[in-house]
Amino acid sequence: MAEEPLVRWDWIGRNWPEILELVADNVVMALVPVVVGLLVALPLGLAGARWRWFYQPAVGVMNVVYSLPSLAVFIVLIPITGLATRTTVMVPLVFYAMAVLIPAVVDGLASVPDHVRQSAVAMGFTPLRRLLAVELPIAVPVVLAGLRVATVSSVSLVSVGALVGRGGLGYLFIDGWQRQFPTPIVVGIVLVVLLAGAADLLLVLAQRWLTPWASARTAARSGRRGAA
Amino acid sequence: MNWLIEFFGDPASWSGPDGIPVRFAEHLEFAGLSLLLAMLVAVPLGLWIGHTGRGALLVVLSANAARALPTLGLLVLIVLLMGVGTIAPVLIPLVALAVPPILVNTYEGVRGVDPDLRDAAYGMGLRGGQVLGRVLVPVALPLILLGLRTAAIQVVATATVAAYVGLGGLGRYIIDGLATQRYPLAVGGAVLVALLALTVQGLFGLLQRVLVSPGVSGRQKIR
Amino acid sequence: MGRLWQGGRAPAGDQGLRMITFDDVTKRYPDGTVAVDGLSLQAPSGEITVFVGPSGCGKTTSLRMINRMIDATGGRILLDGVDVRTIDPPTLRRGIGYVIQQAGLFPHRKIVDNVATVPYLLGWDRRKARARAMELLERVGLDPKLAGRYPFQLSGGQQQRVGVARALAADPPVLLMDEPFSAVDPIVRASLQDELLRLQAELNKTIVFVTHDIDEAIKLGDRVAVLRVGGRLAQLAAPAELLADPADDFVREFLGRDRGIRRLSFIPGDGLRLRTDLTVPASAEAASARGTAEPWLVVVDADGRPLGWVAREDLPDSGTLAGVPAAPYGAFVRGRDSLRSALDAALLSPSGNAVAVDGSGRVEGVVTRQELDAALARAAEGARG
Ligand SMILES: Nc1ncnc2c1ncn2[C@@H]1O[C@H](COP(=O)(O)OP(=O)(O)OP(=O)(O)O)[C@@H](O)[C@H]1O
Ligand SMILES: [Mg+2]
Repeated sequence: MAEEPLVRWDWIGRNWPEILELVADNVVMALVPVVVGLLVALPLGLAGARWRWFYQPAVGVMNVVYSLPSLAVFIVLIPITGLATRTTVMVPLVFYAMAVLIPAVVDGLASVPDHVRQSAVAMGFTPLRRLLAVELPIAVPVVLAGLRVATVSSVSLVSVGALVGRGGLGYLFIDGWQRQFPTPIVVGIVLVVLLAGAADLLLVLAQRWLTPWASARTAARSGRRGAA
Repeated sequence: MNWLIEFFGDPASWSGPDGIPVRFAEHLEFAGLSLLLAMLVAVPLGLWIGHTGRGALLVVLSANAARALPTLGLLVLIVLLMGVGTIAPVLIPLVALAVPPILVNTYEGVRGVDPDLRDAAYGMGLRGGQVLGRVLVPVALPLILLGLRTAAIQVVATATVAAYVGLGGLGRYIIDGLATQRYPLAVGGAVLVALLALTVQGLFGLLQRVLVSPGVSGRQKIR
Repeated sequence: MGRLWQGGRAPAGDQGLRMITFDDVTKRYPDGTVAVDGLSLQAPSGEITVFVGPSGCGKTTSLRMINRMIDATGGRILLDGVDVRTIDPPTLRRGIGYVIQQAGLFPHRKIVDNVATVPYLLGWDRRKARARAMELLERVGLDPKLAGRYPFQLSGGQQQRVGVARALAADPPVLLMDEPFSAVDPIVRASLQDELLRLQAELNKTIVFVTHDIDEAIKLGDRVAVLRVGGRLAQLAAPAELLADPADDFVREFLGRDRGIRRLSFIPGDGLRLRTDLTVPASAEAASARGTAEPWLVVVDADGRPLGWVAREDLPDSGTLAGVPAAPYGAFVRGRDSLRSALDAALLSPSGNAVAVDGSGRVEGVVTRQELDAALARAAEGARG
């Protein structure tokens, strides 16, 4: 053990196909919850922005969900969705994504300056047109900043699922731990970070492309609803 | 429900080295210490970067990088390399987890203070430190507390994984219950962690009410 | 040098002492923009000096160089002969009141503590500082009940008054004001301007006031410095002189269209000759009033206050004038108001004549249109000279 190097490259070579499978599994289990979370968060966030009375309870519930340890949620889900299934791991991640994204949507809509909204009304936009053509585009930087936080966190949170038998790259942590062998663990950490970084980069590029008018500044400032 | 009664109703759950009080204390130790360490690093750094405007890119990059670090992976790697003699292996990943929200929110809070306010403060003859301490921090406090709250909840929730490498804390019940197929134990542990997290959330709500000036919180409500 | 600035609250006799001198001052920003170029002028003690000019002409930059919020890159700024660059900025600023457009009140502090900010900084004890703050709130026309509120609970105009009170709290001899009233509506703005003039009559501060509104400059300034883009001084003059004799086309253009009329504001109305034979008491018989040769008469009540004009032709054969409906009138206070007010009063009267009243509103006499014409002719003569 004393002579064991941190990384044994030959192990990587031998196990490459399995590693790639884990990467794919991790990507699916991380991204599906973010997409689902976004699809749910958009209407809920819109409702929260329209009706203040709705926002407070919605955020309250989300905060409660957010404070549940994922491990605890897995446990409760196992009898329903089964041990070592993707669903068990993804359900709590959906809730985390929502906890980050609902406030992001509300904040994003709140970031639309009132005079802009008023002038859209004055020009005769119907409420739906106004939402689609004016308010949502202006809210995009803030929503995307939330999406970045949610995505990066989701990629890294999937690995906890390994404790209940299905954790994408997290499997490498369990494997390494059980065999007291650091190489898979290091590989797993590096790949999770790279994966998260790649997803983040794609979202930054998407933001540039979607909102050429927004400065990097506004994006940075709205990332503050930080979650992990 | 029956599981909960089975776990919480059993007097054995409440005593001994594996009793709830001991596990609870261990959990608080992991979470409290790492939050404290993260706070000592991230709050001053966030204040300084927000106040001087130097190193803003560092905040954004490092915060996102730290978010990407998988806690479980870090934990097992560190224990593997360092052994389990101390609680340091738990602290390092938890601190890494807690720093980003504190740093980003503190930075954004200070950064986001109305420039006119800084201007007026300097114009009246406040020195740099006074501007920071008497104006920027009180005005940024809601965001700083939000960052601390987010970090605290994450740390409390994530400290459960410490049990996986043989350390204590409330995660013990979950991991052991899972390993031995004793669901009441696992669910009971999960409920305890969730209750703790909710308590932390409530505490921060209280803290917010006590520490933040009504002039600042009132203004936000109107917004 | 430092001694003058360490006390904070200057002794009363020291009040009128601060004169601000710009000596060939230049500001070049790091990006190469020359915001102020070779500016030389004096802001005399106890007077309001207004910097006015188009957007971007360097007004704010010039102002902020006085309290070293910005440091000049060339030349010197002197406060009573002392170069401000030799004074530690926070110490300097505690002796200079500073008011900005959005008031910049601290949202986390109650109004009274906002006002007491500088006294606290100067180490006054809490009670004294708060007492001083309360006194100032009243001075600037705010209800003391507002003292315990937070800024977000005040209207824009009220916040601006608090901003002025805060700047005055430590009784600094110098006050710098950067468009302090431009974010409020015209009515509130006018009342804030009046308040400032009233305060200044009591306090005699050396005030430098920045605005882009020429009317505000003319209303408030003892002297007005018109700056052109690039921070060069186009003209420095008293408002009346500025209106009468603009130095060049730029200043003339900037002063705008009604320059002639506005200039009348600076010509006192007390030189106008009065006719006292056009006033009749309401108790007089209508029939006897019909006997005069004048087409219009001013009816006054028992106290001598004007009721309005009556036309001779419309008078009935019997009864007193009290029963006759009177036409509206315009009046001006002869000892106080300008020729412009007199002209305005004349234009509001169907007779074309202005009613002159004393300070308590009693009629002193009537200024006829002929007399006004003559006065306007004399004013036009003055503009040419
Ligand atoms: N920090 C800065 N860096 C570079 N240029 C600046 C800076 N601040 C001001 N300027 C430039 O200096 C010039 C004068 O600016 P200043 O703010 O003094 O104008 P101003 O007369 O107060 O205008 P306004 O009426 O719009 O307030 C402008 O051209 C402005 O763009
Ligand atoms: Mg300006």
